[in-house]
Amino acid sequence: MKKSLALAILIFLFTIQFLNSYGIQRFPKPEFESGYVQPETLLPNPRAEVLAFMDIGVLIISLSVVSWLVIKKRSRNGVFWMSLFALAYFGFYREGCICAIGSIQNVTLALFDKSYAIPLSALVFFAAPLAYTAFFGRTFCAGVCPFGAIQDLVSFRPQKLGTRLNAVLGVIPYIYLGLAILYAATGTDFVICRYDPFVGIWRFNASFGMFIFGGLLLAVGIFIARPYCRFLCPYGVLLNWTSRFSRKHITITPAECIQCRLCENSCPYDAIDIPTNTRNPESKQTMGRKLIFITFLIPMLMLAGGWTGSQLHEPLAGVNAKVKLAKQILNPVTDKNQAETFEIEAFKSQGKQQAQVFAEASEVLHQFYIGGWILGGFIGLVFGGLIAGRIITRYQADYVPNKGNCFSCSRCVDYCPIKLPLETK
Amino acid sequence: MQNRREFLNLLCRGTILTGLAATTGLLVYRSAQSGNCQLGSSCANCGKSGKCNLPQALLYKETVWQLDPTKCIQCGRCAENCVMTPSAVKVTHVYAMCGYCDLCGGYLKPDTKNISTAAENQLCPTSAIKRKFVEEPFYQYTIDEPLCIGCAKCVKGCGAFGNGSLQLQVRHDRCVNCNECAIARNCPADAFKRVPASKPYLLQGIEAKNEEKG
Ligand code: SF4
Ligand code: SF4
Ligand code: SF4
Ligand code: SF4
Repeated sequence: MKKSLALAILIFLFTIQFLNSYGIQRFPKPEFESGYVQPETLLPNPRAEVLAFMDIGVLIISLSVVSWLVIKKRSRNGVFWMSLFALAYFGFYREGCICAIGSIQNVTLALFDKSYAIPLSALVFFAAPLAYTAFFGRTFCAGVCPFGAIQDLVSFRPQKLGTRLNAVLGVIPYIYLGLAILYAATGTDFVICRYDPFVGIWRFNASFGMFIFGGLLLAVGIFIARPYCRFLCPYGVLLNWTSRFSRKHITITPAECIQCRLCENSCPYDAIDIPTNTRNPESKQTMGRKLIFITFLIPMLMLAGGWTGSQLHEPLAGVNAKVKLAKQILNPVTDKNQAETFEIEAFKSQGKQQAQVFAEASEVLHQFYIGGWILGGFIGLVFGGLIAGRIITRYQADYVPNKGNCFSCSRCVDYCPIKLPLETK
Repeated sequence: MQNRREFLNLLCRGTILTGLAATTGLLVYRSAQSGNCQLGSSCANCGKSGKCNLPQALLYKETVWQLDPTKCIQCGRCAENCVMTPSAVKVTHVYAMCGYCDLCGGYLKPDTKNISTAAENQLCPTSAIKRKFVEEPFYQYTIDEPLCIGCAKCVKGCGAFGNGSLQLQVRHDRCVNCNECAIARNCPADAFKRVPASKPYLLQGIEAKNEEKG
């Protein structure tokens, strides 16, 4: 009885006190007489920093080995085993972070936000695969990226999609990349990490939605090989464009193509360009007309896209925490269950001025307005490029891997009947 | 024809590589420059840089996620939003701050009618806090870490009625250091930040001790 009365009084007193203080030493530290030793607060250390250098080392060595296997050895087997290693190391051992795809956002954030110090590992994971691609093609995709590796494992029955569908779906990564950069540059969110389909598999632990997304991609991947790489991966856009100008690249045949067509269906990713049968399918006149059409079309599309993007800046910015808070201050939720949202509660407890929140929010909105123009213009350009690619016919003599889309997986190599005696000089 | 194409290729490749090198170089350079704080001196010459919590203080060191207990409002989202189940955020008991109270605001529900340590009187939904008698009138509270789900109920209780010695922290034996912490983007109080991996905790009332130890 006495105890509960005391408790009631205590509670009353402390409730009053709590309203204007936190973390105050209300009760002095006791002086123990029984020789009691106060235990240490255990603080486990994070992963040792030197191990980040190990990751970087493994990345560089893997890239070198796979490039050598692809360009010099032309060995599908070797590439396969390297991709299994990547799956084990970067996937299951490192549990997916840091990865080259996500590092786009770290680099973007570091470029736009000077107070963000980018870790060296993130910078190397961004730059090294691109540098290797500039010399050897997308060898990173072939045997270093764990995303590619896991999708490669499940592609049992790859179907041909046809060039048109491939081209149209191929636009999605550009949009994804644009959005990811916009959200990273404004410090809003890392969308690539948020919608990472496989990270839950690496950790054997994920939210329900993540599992569904990852499982769905793998299921689709049985019939459409590497769906994430081809139709989602934002880093793939950068790799694609770098690879187009690569110094060396995998070739299907080690010598001259004899047009035997044996490799025609060997690529699970529809990445082999098939020869066009006529040498000059179009007159100069039609060519010229098409070119004029495109030169007018692309700026129009960019303008239209930019305008649309700028109009959409408010919904786009809606997920930004600062904008969200400002909105909630303006329109407090009137939910019976909850007096105020946690955001408002936190805002009140931090003693910030309303005006400051509004100023920050309008600053973010302005960034999104400009970002909306750029993003929209970029998407317009991509669609223009898509149309241009569809209507311009290009001359092509042999069966060759499309340098942009080819993942350098080396499958097609085994289909070519021409074999050179192993010449490793 | 062939030559022209090769030249174009070379040109484009050169442009891409230059761009890449410029970006990387800029970030490296900037990081070397921006290493200073309000004190105005460069971190490279600062004697405190080993203890400093600003990420820019440590050039190119790896960072980890941590939450600032002074900002936290104990909303409970830490328990739900972490990519790990149960959450990598758990309560950490700073014994140095604890009053060893009999009526622990973090241990017992505030409206407890009769004082007993029965589970229904405990705040913690998983009974993760263990109470042990030390000497009259002091009790020691320890956390059974595997049981804690990071719901912050005890933190709220201890902060309201006690010394605030129970604090949420990202426990780095469980955290997988996501590139972007899944809780950080949902924390209403903006309590999460990247901190240098060499100084991975942001506890109240324990800093002094750490500094003594060097
Ligand atoms: S190496 Fe051959 S099979 Fe593999 S992606 Fe490239 S073209 Fe397709
Ligand atoms: S999400 Fe933020 S405010 Fe909520 S309990 Fe975690 S740190 Fe505290
Ligand atoms: S009340 Fe919540 S945060 Fe505190 S020990 Fe129990 S589970 Fe952990
Ligand atoms: S970084 Fe990842 S694992 Fe660590 S607390 Fe945040 S969500 Fe959980």
